[in-house]
Amino acid sequence: MVDTNHDMDTAGIHTAPMLLNMGPSHPAMHGTVRMVLTLDGETVIKCDAEIGYLHRGFEKECEHSTWTQVFPYTDRLNYVSPLLNNFGFALAVEKLLEIEATPRCNYIRTIMGEVARLSDHLTCMGAGSLELGGFSGFLYAIEARELVWDLIEEVTGARLTVSYGRIGGLKNDLTADFAERWKVVRERVLRIWEDINRLLTKNRIFLDRMEGTGVISQADAISYGLTGPMLRSTGVDYDIRKDKPYFAYGELDFDVPVGTRGDNYDRYLVRLEEIRQSIRIIDQALLKLPDGPVNCDDPRVVLPEKERVYNSIEGMINHFKLVFEGIQVPAGEIYSYTEGGNGELGYYIVSNGTGKPWKVSIRSPSFYNMCPISKFVEGGMVADIIPTFDTINMIGGEIDR
Amino acid sequence: MTLLIEFAIALLKVLVIVFGFVMALGSLMTLTERKYSAFMQKRWGPIRAEVLGFRFGGLLHLVADGVKMILKEDFIPSGANRNIHTIAPAMGLFTAMVIFAIIPFADAWCTGLALPVEGMDLCFGFDDAEALQSAQPAAVATFAPTHPYFQIADLNAGLLYMFAITGIGVYGTALGGWASNSKYSLLGGLRASAQMISYEVSMGLSLAGLLMVYGTLDVNEMVREQGALLWGTVPMWGILVQPFAFFLFLTASIAESKRAPFDMPEAESELVAGYFTEYSAMKFGIFSLSEFVMVVFIGAICATLFFGGWQVPWLYADGFHFSGDSMLAAASGGAWTAGELQSYVQASTPDIALPYGLVVFLRIGCFLTKIILMIALQLQIRWTLPRFRYDQIMFLGWKILLPASLINLFITALAILLLR
Repeated sequence: MVDTNHDMDTAGIHTAPMLLNMGPSHPAMHGTVRMVLTLDGETVIKCDAEIGYLHRGFEKECEHSTWTQVFPYTDRLNYVSPLLNNFGFALAVEKLLEIEATPRCNYIRTIMGEVARLSDHLTCMGAGSLELGGFSGFLYAIEARELVWDLIEEVTGARLTVSYGRIGGLKNDLTADFAERWKVVRERVLRIWEDINRLLTKNRIFLDRMEGTGVISQADAISYGLTGPMLRSTGVDYDIRKDKPYFAYGELDFDVPVGTRGDNYDRYLVRLEEIRQSIRIIDQALLKLPDGPVNCDDPRVVLPEKERVYNSIEGMINHFKLVFEGIQVPAGEIYSYTEGGNGELGYYIVSNGTGKPWKVSIRSPSFYNMCPISKFVEGGMVADIIPTFDTINMIGGEIDR
Repeated sequence: MTLLIEFAIALLKVLVIVFGFVMALGSLMTLTERKYSAFMQKRWGPIRAEVLGFRFGGLLHLVADGVKMILKEDFIPSGANRNIHTIAPAMGLFTAMVIFAIIPFADAWCTGLALPVEGMDLCFGFDDAEALQSAQPAAVATFAPTHPYFQIADLNAGLLYMFAITGIGVYGTALGGWASNSKYSLLGGLRASAQMISYEVSMGLSLAGLLMVYGTLDVNEMVREQGALLWGTVPMWGILVQPFAFFLFLTASIAESKRAPFDMPEAESELVAGYFTEYSAMKFGIFSLSEFVMVVFIGAICATLFFGGWQVPWLYADGFHFSGDSMLAAASGGAWTAGELQSYVQASTPDIALPYGLVVFLRIGCFLTKIILMIALQLQIRWTLPRFRYDQIMFLGWKILLPASLINLFITALAILLLR
């Protein structure tokens, strides 16, 4: 597709490729990535993507914090679905500690994780509509996301930087009226889902823009290490929730939608269907939600009740040690992975037996999904970068750690 | 002396139509667009500007925006061609405004007695009905002069003028993009020139069928023809005669106005702001104003050509006629006698008789309503559809709209040939 032998002298008129610097201050680049494009008219000959504009030294910061203090940092990875990051990290540390979360905790993590996935997919679809010029579709999706965030706020106390996960449990239980509130949110989100579906899915212009653009083959997708909706759009039904069940996913019934062509449209459809599947998962999990404590009964990791802290010396010292020295995680290393909003979110953590991690390394799905960007856009048109970049759903916070 | 009066009238028409209507509606469009999109997206839209606690439904945002535009820094990038950079927005607005010259807001004012003849008003040489009654019945009725008070220029080549002016419209955009010394602007300007020139072709061809049906380029004459009743009952509006052409023309003219889904030259997610990326302050305002004026113009021209223009359905110079039978028939031998007219007026044939002044007033009101409905349609389209890609726009223009216009033209020609 790419014409490397570029004819610089067409019919006696001198032509030269144009270098266009797209971003980081460009509406579609979110201020977090830069693309240096070589253009022949509207055709992209070459694309150099440059990341690093949101680098905050996250992995290094973790080494100076106790295990619990890492949670606020994980909020800022994929900031559209911070709950998933929280739970992924908690799971990794729990594996290293060799403790199990309580059944109720696992169910709540499943429920809240899927709520976060709703937020992630709705944002991605809405932004897709916006970047193709359909502002109404964007605002519809954002309305649904607001409803989801209201729900998150109700439970965690925050909308964006939730810090809801804890090692061995959660910050708090679900609110008493969560199920009723979910029923209301569910209905409205489904109605908005239907609106977006009718507005976009069969829209001729939308189809023209999405179909056949940003195509990647199954073999390429696997060799680039793509995961999540990007991989599933090529026809590989790899979903960690299904293939290596964690939390309560093994006990719940849901489908993994896959595409066939691996283009932007398939990625859009996969996300569209995953929204419905997430709603299905939450419905089932709320029905099966077991009673019991949310935090595991292990004084090595879980803070004691406030009553004990204020009224007994043991409780007081337990609290003090956990807060100041941190949870003492046995020396060792582990790679734990969960299904994030964009794919496999892996935490590789190394502990040297102290209250602080020795190393936290993150396999962020966005980073891997972003890698083949030049493959996607080269040979296409400038306008195709926009929907492709959207369905990749690159989140700056996740790419630059 | 008469020349001076004519000149004064022409000037007054320009002032009233261009500044009282076009500019007013154009600036109102800035608010309408925001309010309409807000309505579609379950938002409030602009509600914050207020004076002493009164918001006037957001109208004050017009003033606030105007003041903001004028007071902001007028930035010209280094390396830009200052003269062309400055003149480009003016060219855009100029063409968008002079194009209104051909729009008739009502039929030419009849100085005599206006009576409908088979769906078209004729102006007879009597001062009023009384003068008609006292005339000799055997006398042959003469015609009185009409004055086009409600149209700036009553051109007999009206539609050609429109195509000529829209042809110039591309310069403002293309030059603005080129003179800015910015690659995004350049890309936007290039897209604009390709798109606007391509769509002018199908825009012109889609109207050719209409020209053949009405047999005139004079816009007011075309509106008058739309008053005829089909099968004695249905007003023969352009959309009935040329339904296919309406959709072709609407598509082409939205592409011509560079608005979504054809806003490739602007494409804010790809080209930042396209051809006016490097424009600020009032120059930016002028670009968006000319875009809004074009929206109003498309509304006006669509209403004029396809929705009967100033025609109120079944309303003619002397009142409502719900069937063609109650109107004067064409004169035998090409001339009416005063007697024929007298018996018509005495029988008081209109179903609802109305004074001539009220009829003109209703017609202007009806035309404005049609324009507003057409603007609403355009806004609905703009806030519903996503954007095309550059090559898809070219494909649509050359490979779909152009052949479709030609087929439409062919079928129209065939129909006219067979029906005559």
